[in-house]
Amino acid sequence: MVDGERLPGNAPGATRSAERGSGRGPGLDPEPDPDLLAQFEALLAADDRIEPRDAMPEAYRKTLIRQIAQHAHSEIIGMQPEGNWITRAPSLKRKAILMAKVQDEAGHGLYLYGAAETLGVDRGELLDLLHARKQKYSSIFNYPTISWADVGAIGWLVDGAAITNQVPLCRCSYGPYARAMIRICKEESFHQRQGFDILLTLSNGTPEQHEMAQESVNRWWWPSLMMFGPPDDKSPNSAQSMAWGIKRFSNDELRQKFVDMTVPQAAVLGLTLPDPQLRLNEATGHYEYGNIDWSEFELVVKGYGPCNEQRLAHRIRAHEEGAWVREAAAAYAAKRASRETPEAVA
Amino acid sequence: MSEPSRLWEVFVRGRRGMSHVHAGSLHAADAEMALRNARDVYTRRGEGVSIWVVPSSEISASTPDEKDPFFGPSVDKVYRHPTFYTLPEEVRQM
Repeated sequence: MVDGERLPGNAPGATRSAERGSGRGPGLDPEPDPDLLAQFEALLAADDRIEPRDAMPEAYRKTLIRQIAQHAHSEIIGMQPEGNWITRAPSLKRKAILMAKVQDEAGHGLYLYGAAETLGVDRGELLDLLHARKQKYSSIFNYPTISWADVGAIGWLVDGAAITNQVPLCRCSYGPYARAMIRICKEESFHQRQGFDILLTLSNGTPEQHEMAQESVNRWWWPSLMMFGPPDDKSPNSAQSMAWGIKRFSNDELRQKFVDMTVPQAAVLGLTLPDPQLRLNEATGHYEYGNIDWSEFELVVKGYGPCNEQRLAHRIRAHEEGAWVREAAAAYAAKRASRETPEAVA
Repeated sequence: MSEPSRLWEVFVRGRRGMSHVHAGSLHAADAEMALRNARDVYTRRGEGVSIWVVPSSEISASTPDEKDPFFGPSVDKVYRHPTFYTLPEEVRQM
């Protein structure tokens, strides 16, 4: 016989399992009992991992859901600016590579939605929150890709910044998130190298191609620095995330790491970075950079970037236009299930 | 909105001679689609030669509650480990 739990598209209980969190939903629940919270603190103190069925403070769970969901949304929205160039990639080789990369971004989104679901939310709920503008994605994807060189700049700078952010997340205190990040980081290094390769080819090409690469880097440099978030003194939630072992380095530390890594690479590319104040401080061994225009960042975060409307509208349209596929798959599965167990139908 | 699909846990055998290891989860309407999705999501770079998909709701798990002495019997029997026994020096290897 077929019980209710086995039918597709049935009651909410169907997506929960013993391997998951308790399925408490996005609302705030009462705190677990003090003994269990002491265990949570002891695991953190030992730099051990928290797993889905462990007791955890509600605020920890909610912070993780918000962060992992925002991360997942960024991966799937990030498919759009690059997907824009698949049909116009300059060669079959570049087209095949770009398709593989965009497919990876979809995969990264899926790993992360999977990690978020272990905290007791449903992927469908998270997508609804994205579509209703109640959850965000990385602001970098609200900038347009107006030239082929932008595909290179995204790989080199945007993925480079993402890797800098993500490598420490492989040691994040929440097990499923850390495991997803390990998988993602392995794949991201291909992304960054393919971007570098595009820019290197353009930079060493005709004067027009070199100029195209330079113009693209000029546009992407500052928004890439903004990807690390506000400066430390304006990042109120950072301290708590550090205490919980979700965050391992501050925004400014990660930004500095990225700048130090990227400046020498720009020289190899034969391209300049659009910051007259950029210089090596011999004493510290770090590159100093000019002031970031945080008013631009604020505007884009608030929804006034060049492509905010376009990105969200496209995402919602893709979701709605795919509804019939999801419905057909569920109907087919239900029909097959009923044929395989005729006694349950009677 | 809840999705009209089930949640599946994915296990991948990395190469022959190895066990299937949990890789993650995914949504799919049925087992056939879950296998195809698992191939695309978890084995894009030759990570596997075999995949299992199991409905998440079919997994039973032990509780992580440390007050539960579930794993107690496994740590209090030191004589289960070979290092419990001292060998005479003449025995070089056993």
